[in-house]
Amino acid sequence: MSLPSSPGSRPWTFYVLAAFFTLFVIFLYGPMISVLVLSFQGPNASLVFPLRDPSTMWFDELFNPRRTGDVVGAFDRSLPLALIVMVLTVLISVTAGFAFRRRFLGASLIFYTAIASLIVPGLVLSIGILVTFKYLLGQSAAWYTSALGAHLSWALPFGLLIMFAILGRLNPSYEEAAYDLGASRWQTVKSVVVPIVFPGVIAVALFGFTLSYDEFPRSWLTVGPKNTLPLEIWTMTTNVTSPALYALGTVTTIVSFLVIILALGSILIIQRKRSR
Amino acid sequence: MTKKTAASYLQVAPLTLVLAMFFVVPIALVVVVSFFRYQMLVGIVRTFTLKNYIDLLSSPTTWALYLSTVKFTLIVLVLTFVIGFWIAYFLVFHVRNLVVAIGLFLLCTIPFWTSNIIRMISWRPILGKEGLINNALIHTGIIDQPLNWLLYSDFSVVVAYVHLFTMFMIVPIFNSMARIDKSLLEAAIDAGANRWGVVWNVVLPLCKTGIALGALFVVTLVMGDFFVVTVMSGGLSGSATSGIFNDLQILNYPRAAANAVLLLIIVLLIAAAIFRLVDVRKELVR
Repeated sequence: MSLPSSPGSRPWTFYVLAAFFTLFVIFLYGPMISVLVLSFQGPNASLVFPLRDPSTMWFDELFNPRRTGDVVGAFDRSLPLALIVMVLTVLISVTAGFAFRRRFLGASLIFYTAIASLIVPGLVLSIGILVTFKYLLGQSAAWYTSALGAHLSWALPFGLLIMFAILGRLNPSYEEAAYDLGASRWQTVKSVVVPIVFPGVIAVALFGFTLSYDEFPRSWLTVGPKNTLPLEIWTMTTNVTSPALYALGTVTTIVSFLVIILALGSILIIQRKRSR
Repeated sequence: MTKKTAASYLQVAPLTLVLAMFFVVPIALVVVVSFFRYQMLVGIVRTFTLKNYIDLLSSPTTWALYLSTVKFTLIVLVLTFVIGFWIAYFLVFHVRNLVVAIGLFLLCTIPFWTSNIIRMISWRPILGKEGLINNALIHTGIIDQPLNWLLYSDFSVVVAYVHLFTMFMIVPIFNSMARIDKSLLEAAIDAGANRWGVVWNVVLPLCKTGIALGALFVVTLVMGDFFVVTVMSGGLSGSATSGIFNDLQILNYPRAAANAVLLLIIVLLIAAAIFRLVDVRKELVR
């Protein structure tokens, strides 16, 4: 017997696991693709297959707020919120990541608080933030205050974990070597630190954006009177019985995919440039 | 304080501030409110009481809901682990080209960055009464009545959980597995181990940390979930958080808070148990 990854003919386990992997990918993407297809359903609205008289009417319906709620408004709030969360997540978790490279009193406490913030049930935190705003600060909840904080409490720990992984690769001796070779502090940051850290920073940005853009439990009590997109979709799941719901799913998925492609693409370009 | 420590504190200050404002204080307030009294039409009355907790713990509904949550958690934990482990194993030890392996890995993780609610809803046209599976089964003549248990049942809840959360197992297990020195496997084979022996005695122990991290995510996500179980069971099944949700609907914040504290204690105990098994931080920094 040989190692599965050693050269030569492939063992039978390869074929079994390859089949399993394929099934898993179908399981992952199949439902998403069916929603994509069904969002082009014709006017004889049916929520299931087959697709009859393909049209784009449900996309028109979507942006016509009379019947499906305030989708456009929700999108106009979700997008800026996700961008703000993205920028803050990058700034805060990158700086915090660098702090953890040195030992300091309380480092463990802060680290475990961040982990606790990651695993606390979203609904529990939602209640907590609502109560904090209502009774402690005497403020009403709004997407740009309480929901922003709720999203940060979830995105920041993720960002921090990624920074840990990335900075683990940045051996302090690289920087020392640069100093020894006569590089200034700025030169060291520019040519040693940034190239190693930057792909990670993009990953942090991707997490910050998408975790906020799709976040539901933590938004639920904290957005205040005006919904963000996931909440709008949640309302629609109970009210809307037309393929407009699928059209909305398609639109949000496309936005997510654009963001993912943008992030992964830029990581790829940076890696290419660096290896040249 | 040295200059370097001062710099560390400065760098970690924004994170600490956000965590304090939007995590520590809110959770502390939930604990405080859980000891307040609730009065109809008045709302929260600031007198100390244990009534919320006594109410909860003496109610059979609470126990039934927690039992249902534990059941879902265990089923989903086992399924996501088995799937996650073999997917990661395939990618790390069977795919020879690193670029292909990373590409396939990304393929598995991309849905994580899209909307959970949409991914949940997307099971409707598949599992529904007139859905893809029922139609296919009827057309091929395997059944003549649509299967009702496919959607709005415990089955569809589990399907949705596995669909949403398996990624949380794949990523940490993949990370630990990718770090395993392949010569260890060769050594095991040279020493006479068979295929299962290698998996059981070498690979599995070496990705203990990844499995623990994955389990931490899956357990806390399923235990804290309200929305998946509600949508996918069509309101038939509940979870620990359903009780919280119901109390919030009638604005009984104190009892919702008490229920939240109960859930929080259980989740944190599980997390603490997992952290005792493996030193997650050491693994991350390494």
